[in-house]
Amino acid sequence: MSSKDPLGSDNNPLCVAVVGSGPSGFYTTEALSRSEHVVRIDMYERLPAPYGLVRYGVAPDHPKLKQSIQVYEKIAQSPEFRFFGNVNIGRDIAVADLRRAYHAVVFACGAETDRRLGVDGEDLPGSHTATEFVAWYNGHPDYRDRVFDLSHETAVIIGQGNVAADVARVLAKTVDELRHTDIARHALDVLAESRVRDIHVIGRRGPVQAKFTPKELREFGDLEDCTPFVNPEELLLNASSEQELEDKKNVNARKNLELFRGFSQMAADKSRRCRFSFLKSPVRLEGDGRLQQLVLESNRLEGEAFRQSARGTGQMEALECGILFRSIGYFGIAIDGVPFDPRRGVFPNRAGRIMEADTAVAGLYTAGWIKRGPSGIIGTNRADSVATVASLLADLPALDNPDSKAGAEAIMPLLERKGVRVISYRDWQRIDAEEVARGATQDKPREKITSVEEMLAVL
Amino acid sequence: MTTFVTDNCKACRFTDCVAVCPVECFHYDDDMLYIDPEVCIDCSACLPECPVQAIYEGDDYPEDKEEWIAINAQRAPELPVITEPMEPLPGAEERKTELGF
Repeated sequence: MSSKDPLGSDNNPLCVAVVGSGPSGFYTTEALSRSEHVVRIDMYERLPAPYGLVRYGVAPDHPKLKQSIQVYEKIAQSPEFRFFGNVNIGRDIAVADLRRAYHAVVFACGAETDRRLGVDGEDLPGSHTATEFVAWYNGHPDYRDRVFDLSHETAVIIGQGNVAADVARVLAKTVDELRHTDIARHALDVLAESRVRDIHVIGRRGPVQAKFTPKELREFGDLEDCTPFVNPEELLLNASSEQELEDKKNVNARKNLELFRGFSQMAADKSRRCRFSFLKSPVRLEGDGRLQQLVLESNRLEGEAFRQSARGTGQMEALECGILFRSIGYFGIAIDGVPFDPRRGVFPNRAGRIMEADTAVAGLYTAGWIKRGPSGIIGTNRADSVATVASLLADLPALDNPDSKAGAEAIMPLLERKGVRVISYRDWQRIDAEEVARGATQDKPREKITSVEEMLAVL
Repeated sequence: MTTFVTDNCKACRFTDCVAVCPVECFHYDDDMLYIDPEVCIDCSACLPECPVQAIYEGDDYPEDKEEWIAINAQRAPELPVITEPMEPLPGAEERKTELGF
């Protein structure tokens, strides 16, 4: 080993597998490519299509955010980068196989499910996760066959972050407001028949603690056929919340409160209403065979500024509704062969190094939501991936290995044996072009192909 | 919809914003940063990062800052892109205190 060139040099390039092709995976790739070392980066994605939540999470009526894809397209052109789509790590390929083939593996596979409410009736038909709905209207192959019954006029969303806002807005918009976006056609057809008129967006804490970004909230004031509404009494603040507002850094809360105040004064002259309610927690979901009503308990806030928690007051109310979406945070899913923190839904780590008990697992790293939990927006993951790559590169001497690391060349025979049709970046570009062409005929930026089989059939 | 940097950045140039920009739309000169509106995707990630709240978006800005929309659009394309954070300018901390942050 002593005679060998150092890891990350021409004769001994650093071979890294990146698992996941969303923003974190691409920013990890970018940071590795920009390092002074000689690297080879193989990205594995379980779907044929890359870009993770930019493609399957960002709302279809926010096309500008999706322009970050142009940056990922550029990163994908680096000569040291290869894309292997339609490969499921943990099922098609064991993590142990990846570890044998690469010096380092970076898991950037995101948080694929939602946190549970933990209340009775949560699994009644009509009760859904926001993730399912978002993935469905965005044409995610795993969710295209989900059924959402929008025949009742009241819909409830539990949670007050931007995902909750996206779900509420998609329900609040007319089909004409969505028609020329890249929303999946099956979703547009169902939304066209929607009888939802009252949308409740419910938070357990107050208006000052709501996690919406002001820009997302502001959009509710400009909808064609929906008026936002807030009960002015719910905007009365306790002393700790007043103190939170005064903090100079808390700009978003001040702007949000101003918007809520505006909503509380708006004339309800449109056919749909979107009501933001505060200080209420779901206690149970009830219904005969399917969701019919939600029982809520009123809360009050306790504690000092920025550490206030919601405590039930014992005062209950029932809200009739036909559909409910919980949107109280995404939650990660475990992969065989990688330590997992079931309480937080993340891969336990220090500065991106995956930890087993108190020891770093050699060669395993993580970035993005599966690293730190579901917080922040697209760009937050850039800084996060850069930090993980810094840890990885600091470990280079320890990652060097007397056996050469063959990278994908060692993985491809395994996939071939299993009959997996691997999708290259060039293959994806053909699928991409086909989607854009199908969209063009309907004046949409693209019509997503929503089944894996159909994507493969394009090739 | 435009996101732009204003004169609060002058003499600070903390560059925390740069680390979270998903599209590398920040450019710099000796005094401050500028956003290229043709590249920016208005994601708002940078707004809360700025220690002196120099960045504004959309229609949500004080009237006396309006000129900075045009200044960003004009200056950014002529200047180099900043891809990772730099050291703040000397005296940045004092300036931050002076601005009341």
